[in-house]
Amino acid sequence: MIESSLKDIAAALRDKKVSAVELATESLSRIEAGNARINAFVTIDRDGALAAAKAADERLAAGTAGPLTGIPLAHKDVFCTEGVLTTCGSKMLSNFVSPYDAHVVSLLKAAGAVMVGKTNMDEFAMGSSNENSHFGPTRNPWNTDKVPGGSSGGSAAAVAARMVPIATGTDTGGSIRQPASLCGITGIKPTYGRVSRYGMIAYASSLDQGGAFGYSAEDCALLLSAMAGHDPRDSTSLEQGAEDFGRDLAKPLAGLRVGLPKEFFAEGMSDDVRAAVDAAIAEYRNLGATTVEVSLPNARLAIPAYYVIAPAEASSNLSRFDGVRYGHRAADYGDLNDMYCKSRAEGFGGEVKRRILVGTYVLSHGYYDAYYIKAQKLRRLIANDFAAAFQLCDVIAGPVSPTVAFGIGEKSDDPVQMYLSDIYTIAVNLAGLPGLSHPAGFGAGGLPVGLQLIGNYFGEARLLNAAHQYQQHTDWHTRAPAGV
Amino acid sequence: MSLSLDEVRHIAKLARLELAAGDAEATQAKLNGIFGLIEEMQAVDTDGVEPMSHPQELAQRLRNDAVSETDRRAAFQAVAPQTEAGLYLVPKVIE
Repeated sequence: MIESSLKDIAAALRDKKVSAVELATESLSRIEAGNARINAFVTIDRDGALAAAKAADERLAAGTAGPLTGIPLAHKDVFCTEGVLTTCGSKMLSNFVSPYDAHVVSLLKAAGAVMVGKTNMDEFAMGSSNENSHFGPTRNPWNTDKVPGGSSGGSAAAVAARMVPIATGTDTGGSIRQPASLCGITGIKPTYGRVSRYGMIAYASSLDQGGAFGYSAEDCALLLSAMAGHDPRDSTSLEQGAEDFGRDLAKPLAGLRVGLPKEFFAEGMSDDVRAAVDAAIAEYRNLGATTVEVSLPNARLAIPAYYVIAPAEASSNLSRFDGVRYGHRAADYGDLNDMYCKSRAEGFGGEVKRRILVGTYVLSHGYYDAYYIKAQKLRRLIANDFAAAFQLCDVIAGPVSPTVAFGIGEKSDDPVQMYLSDIYTIAVNLAGLPGLSHPAGFGAGGLPVGLQLIGNYFGEARLLNAAHQYQQHTDWHTRAPAGV
Repeated sequence: MSLSLDEVRHIAKLARLELAAGDAEATQAKLNGIFGLIEEMQAVDTDGVEPMSHPQELAQRLRNDAVSETDRRAAFQAVAPQTEAGLYLVPKVIE
C-alpha cells in the first residue's frame, strides 16, 4: 500500500481496507529491510510510530481524520522532534534528544501523520550528495554506487525506495529539488517564509526553507498544505493563513506561459539531461502551454554570491555549538577557550568547518564590503532578473541538475566541483522564490532526470498545477527503482 | 586572492576551531579553491545597487512584552554536557 498515492491510501484507511497500524508496520518493515543498503534513515522510531498509528486509527474510527491521518512519513533530521534523536547529520548533535518539536513537526503530528523515523542528510544541510553525513552516505535507490543528491538525500531516497510515501526536507540552495531530481521523485521548496523555521536547525537563515517530497505533485500539495502557515515563533514567517496548495491541480494548462532562460540552455547541461528536459517542455506545449525565451543574465553569479552569503550566515548560526548547553564536548581540554576550540573541531566535519571559515573571513574587518555587501548586491541583481522574466511568463522551466546522479566519491574531495552541481537551483533561493522538481525521464545509466519549475512569489499552487497536469499525461513519476 | 597560512590560522582562531598542526595546508588549499570561485563576483559592476539582505523587505514584527514560555530548565539542561544545581559548568574563567 505504501507505493500508492496519498488519495488511495486515505481512501483505503477510510474504507477500513487497511489500518494506520498496518501501514506503519509496512513502512517500518520496508525501512528495516532496505536501510542497510540505502542508509536513508539515521533513526527508526518503531515505538513512536506504532503509538501514533494507534491514535490515528482512533481518529479514523471517530470520524475526525484529515487527509494525512494515518499516513506514514519521515522527517529530515534537521527538524527537532521532542524525545527523539535529532542529529542534523553531525557528530556535534549525535547525542541530542530534542526537548521540543519543530513547528512543522507539531503541525504534522496534529494532522495525524505517523512519523516512522528521521532521515540522513549532509551535515547541517551543507552538501549536494549526502556524503557529508557523520552517519555515512545515503545511497541512490536507482543505483547504490551513486549519490542520492543532497542535502535532503535521505528523505528523497526514502520516498524513491517506497519506504514512506512522503517526507519533509529543507532547501537552502537546492537541497530538496536536486535530490528529488536525482532520485526520480517530486519535491517542492515553497516561497521563503511559507514554512516556519522554528525548530528547523539553522544553516543560512535568509535562504533556509522547509518543503515536501512525494511521488507526485498531488501528494506534495497535500503535505505542503499541512506544513505551511503563519507561526509567530519565526520572525520571518509570512503572515498568511493556511492555504490549499492543491486548489488548482485540475486547471487545464491552455495559455500557461512557460519561460525558458536562455542561460540555462546555453551550456553546461549534459546531453542526456538536455534530451529529457527538451522532451518535457515539448509535453508542456502539447498540453496547451506556450514557451517564451527569457533571460537571467546574472544567474551565473548565483554560486559565488551564495558561497559568500550562506557561509556568512552559517558562521554566525553555528557559533551556538560551543559544548556548553547541548551537543558534543571534547573529553580533554584546558581553559574555556580551549574547550570551545576542541569541542567544535571534533564535533564538526570538514565541509562544515570550511564554510564556517569562509563565513568568518568574509564577515571580518576589512573584507565585509568586498565580499558580503558585494554578494548582497548581486543577490539584488539576481532577484531583479527573475522579476523581469516573470513579466513575460507565468512559470520558468529548466534543468535541476547538470547531470544525472554522480558516483559516490566522485566529487567528495573537490568542494568547488560539488558546489557547481547546484548551478540551476541556487538563484531561486537567493531570490526567495518557490521551485519544484518533477521526474521527466531517464538519462545515462537509467538514472532519473528532473525538470525544474520556478514560480513567482506565492506561486506554489500554479507550479503544482502545472506538474500535476504533466503527471496526468506521463508516467515517469510512477516508475520505481528495481527491487523496491 | 589567496589566503596565507597565517590568515588561515587567524580565521580558525576567530571561529574557535582548533586546527591540527598538519591540517593548515590542506585547509588553505581548499579555501583558496573556494575563494577562486567567489572572486568571479568582482568582475561585475554593482555600483549603485542596493544590497539585498533578505527575500522579504518587511520590518521585523514586535511581540508584546509578556511571558509566553513556561520554565523548562530541567528538560533543556538534560541535554547539556555538564550541569550542577541548574547551572551550566565550564572551566574556571576567574581565578
